[in-house]
This record gives sequence, C-alpha cells and structure tokens, in this order.
Amino acid sequence: MHIPDGYLSPQTAVPFVIGMIPVMGVAVKKVQSSLKKKEVPVLAVGAAFSFAIMMFNLPIPGGSSAHAVGAVLLAILLGPWAACIGVSVALVIQALIFGDGGVLAIGANCFNIAFIMPMLGYYTYRLIRGKADALSTRAMAAAFIAGYVGLNAAALVTAIEFGSQYHLFQAADGTPLYFPVPLKVTLAAMMSEHLILAGPVEGLVTALGTWFVAKNYPGIASDNSPAGSV
Amino acid sequence: MAWGEVSMFREYRKLWMVLGFFILLSPLGLLATGTAFGEWGLDQLPDEVGFIPAGLEKLADFWQHSPLPDYGIPGLDATFAQSAGGYILSALVGCILVAGITGILYKIVKE
Repeated sequence: MHIPDGYLSPQTAVPFVIGMIPVMGVAVKKVQSSLKKKEVPVLAVGAAFSFAIMMFNLPIPGGSSAHAVGAVLLAILLGPWAACIGVSVALVIQALIFGDGGVLAIGANCFNIAFIMPMLGYYTYRLIRGKADALSTRAMAAAFIAGYVGLNAAALVTAIEFGSQYHLFQAADGTPLYFPVPLKVTLAAMMSEHLILAGPVEGLVTALGTWFVAKNYPGIASDNSPAGSV
Repeated sequence: MAWGEVSMFREYRKLWMVLGFFILLSPLGLLATGTAFGEWGLDQLPDEVGFIPAGLEKLADFWQHSPLPDYGIPGLDATFAQSAGGYILSALVGCILVAGITGILYKIVKE
C-alpha cells in the first residue's frame, strides 16, 4: 500500500503533499488540546507498534504480499487525530530510512494510511460499539470490523490513485507515463488482497490490541472511548 | 529526561514489552517473499507490467539516501540469517526513531 516514487505523476503527488499540510495542522491542534500528558508514551509506543506491524508481510496467493497497519488500533485508543500523527511519523521514517514508500508520494501515503484509515476506522468503531463496555464482546466486534473497514478504505483510495494515472497521464502515442495499469485492474488487485486477507488480519490486530490495552490500562481505553466510561 | 517522564514510560512497561516481542518476531515478515501490488522496483516492472513507463523511470530514484533500504543492511542478504539480522536491526532502529520523534514532536508543540 506504500506508493513508491514514480507511480504517481507529480501533478498527483505534489497536491497530496500540499493538501496534507493543513490536515497535519488540524491534527496537531486537536492533539494539543485533547491528548493527556500521560498518554504521550502510549502514542509513542503505538506509533512504533504501527511501524513494526507493517513489517509483517503476509503472503498473497499469486506471488504478492500485503500487511496490516495498526492505524485503527491507535485511533480507538487515542483518537483519530493522534493516530494520524503517529502513523504519519512511521510513514516518513519508512520512506526516508528504509526506502519503503516514496518521498514525493509521502503526501498520498499519509492521506491513505494515516488519515483515511484511522478516521473511517474510528467512526466505524464508535457507531458499532455505542455505549457498550470497553471489554464487551460488542466492543471487540466493533474493533475487528473497524480495522477491517479502515484498511480496506485505505486500499480503495490507493487503488484509485494508482488506477487514475493510467487514464490521466499518457505520452502523445498513448503510452502510460506512470503506473501503467487501468483502474479496474488496480481495484480488483488491491481490493481482493485486502478484503480477503489483510483486512481480517487488521481486524484481529485491532481487536486484540484494544482488548490488551483495555485489560491492562483501563484508563487509556475508557478515557477516549466515544461513549465515555459508562 | 526528567525522572517523572522516565516513570511515565515505565508505567506502560507491558506495551513496550509487546513491542519488543514483535521486533524479535519481525523476520516472520520476510517469509512472504512476494512484492506488494504496485510496489515493484524498476527491475521487476518489465515482468509485472511489460515495460518501464518513462515518467515512472524518471522519478523512481527520487530519494536514494535510505541507509537501510528494504529493511536490510546493504550487501548482507546472502542467507536468511543475514536478512533476518538486518530486518530485526531495521525494526529496532525504526521503532526507536518513530517513538522518539513522536515524543519529541509532542514536546515541541506543547511548549
């Protein structure tokens, strides 16, 4: 899901970088006012956890691979804006130090993985959990579904960014200049991998992670629980 | 770092332990040898899509300063043990950087 440099045209990649600046500004403002000091180590360890979980490549039949992200877990524990910052830091380090994901493409990658994913996952979790207890079966199911939905939403926007290049940017003779695969193919490839394999794994990571933190650190899970600690 | 902050991190010992566990297990991620869809290197593109698009080729090497490219130590990938060592080192370095920078960012915006 980490878009490398060259796969997106500069006309696509650069607006994403510029567009993500105000988004990060909002994220910083939200975190400044809402994240408690005692939660900072949780954000730090959570961002590192997201980095680590992305190294667990899952084999996809047919020779491909995919991985979970952990962005929805962070969003459930600390809120979607804190998750946005934590996962963005992980993505920037991946691009600069490990060459995983492009540097020009960092805006698009942050939008897909650090913004769309935690936002959609967080509100899915809120909606399903309702007022149920943090350790209830319902909350666990909500976390699983939220992880599944969040990762697939990220895969969907990534597939659209990939596929749009084929249709929008061609040389005079019709040869694609950037990612040369039509939208319907990128959609089929990205969505089948994430709907069938990586999505359920993300759901599992999200549910188990939420359970582990709620069990060991009840204050973290309940303080930020959308329904309050009822 | 002030003592209060050290104890603040100590309070979450269990979370750091889980993270350490995942770092040690990270070479499991090497078992999936396939490249993710749309993350192919220039050397893989001809096989995957038939050619290397001109615009893509120009931008692909935009950033060439990754000290641990593909989560490995350059040149040390002859055996699985070498790759696994580089992978664990990468996980460790990455986690320290990500956690450290996240903490520092918070300090900067809060003050």
